[in-house]
Amino acid sequence: MNQPQQLPDPLTAPLEQIDFSDPRLLEQDAWRPYFARLREEDPVHYQAESPFGPFWSITRFDDIVAVDSNYEVFSSEPTIIIGDLTDDMRVEQFIAMDPPKHDVQRRAAQPVVAPQNLAQMEPLIRSRVVEILDNLPVGETFNWVDDVSINLTTQMLATLFDFPFEERSKLTYWSDMATGSPEIAGGDTSPEERIPALMDCLETFTRIWHERKGRDDGGFELISLLQRDPNTADLVDRPMEFLGNIILLIVGGNDTTRNSATAGILALNENPAEYDKLRANHGLIPGMVSEIIRWQTPLAHMRRTAKHDVIFQGKQIKQGDKVVMWYVSGNRDESAIDNADSFIIDRANPRHHISFGFGIHRCMGNRLAEMQLRILWEEIMQRFSHVEVVGEPERVKSNFVRGYTSLPVRVHPL
Amino acid sequence: MPTITVIEHNGQDHTIEVQSGISLMENVLSNSVPGIDADCGGACACGTCHCFIAEDWSELAGTADPMEESMLGMRPDRTEASRLSCQIQVSDAMDGMVIRLPEYQM
Repeated sequence: MNQPQQLPDPLTAPLEQIDFSDPRLLEQDAWRPYFARLREEDPVHYQAESPFGPFWSITRFDDIVAVDSNYEVFSSEPTIIIGDLTDDMRVEQFIAMDPPKHDVQRRAAQPVVAPQNLAQMEPLIRSRVVEILDNLPVGETFNWVDDVSINLTTQMLATLFDFPFEERSKLTYWSDMATGSPEIAGGDTSPEERIPALMDCLETFTRIWHERKGRDDGGFELISLLQRDPNTADLVDRPMEFLGNIILLIVGGNDTTRNSATAGILALNENPAEYDKLRANHGLIPGMVSEIIRWQTPLAHMRRTAKHDVIFQGKQIKQGDKVVMWYVSGNRDESAIDNADSFIIDRANPRHHISFGFGIHRCMGNRLAEMQLRILWEEIMQRFSHVEVVGEPERVKSNFVRGYTSLPVRVHPL
Repeated sequence: MPTITVIEHNGQDHTIEVQSGISLMENVLSNSVPGIDADCGGACACGTCHCFIAEDWSELAGTADPMEESMLGMRPDRTEASRLSCQIQVSDAMDGMVIRLPEYQM
């Protein structure tokens, strides 16, 4: 299906004429009525044609939990994004593996984001947040995405990898390159730019791996952890698997928190009564962080592939079919979440959202993400009465990353 | 009503009256004992209602099925006593049972 010039009318177009993989749905922030209609009319929906081939859309909260939890039927191999891997870059990564291989690789990396390790990192994260916020240009309009969101998450990633601090902007660049190609998620990144960038990522991390191997100082960052675990000690000898897992950790630690750090500003500006609640009670920050992550849903979908024929909610899914769980839709499902389209910072059960996924692939860094955002908001509220949005946000063109490229703001000190 | 003792990681214990026929997770939450998140709401899909069953009670609490086992496998602090409390149906026979909560849920 070639994408038409204009998006079809979400309420009147026949469902078979709507391309739910169209990256403009997120880029233009037009997605809500399309997915609301699917949840209502055909929650497990087969789309016969798309730029990514035929696929199923799973749109309701409970159905997404069921698919996400069932790795026996719904495989994460060979990839978890709607577009297939390109032949020029066949990476392997544990998010796109089934048990038992997935389990041993994930276990090797997991300790870095376990809460007792995070507690040790909290003072460092806070000092970096403070420095970023104290250097914002008061009285000027600036791009929150660049100056705060990207800056903060990139510093954090460099810390998790013990990556050379002065070269840390490469991490963000590689993250963008990894998910940006048209075949994978409808972006605009060309293979001429993408392949050399990812090869540079591989070479850089291979060099770091060997340097660190010699150091052997018992460090508690991701590369050292992978080296010390017998299951991943030789990961560097399998370049596409090494690169895949590095990219996974970069994207996982970058796009998600970055876009949630921007989303909070936007959501509070769109909902001034909620901003007032926050000003009156900073104790609402932890719950608000969960609500921001739900409201934003920084990764709009995850894909599975059916391992064999299965009847799901009355629909015949065939072996090999692509099954796309639209997290962005599940998080707005009224049957699971009251007033799901509203941003409410003091919800009764704010952690009941789908942004981290469910089942064995559930976001490994969820507590780190929450901690970074909590600290960010604690420090924002210590400094500014208002972070004012003064222009329209620009959004990422993708059906996978639901994010922002710019958000013009001005800060008003207390 | 049967009672169960829930011991937080910091040692604080709570003896709660429990309702048979619903999950241990729901019983702990409805008694407002901190330390269980239960993000998925009881679908065995998030691993954030992790608890440790005291040895004497492990047989009565039963064993984890393969799905629960796969979720427990992701926990760095998993032990022989680990269970997801959403997967344990409370019964009258559990009167007096003791469970411990982990340092964190993730």
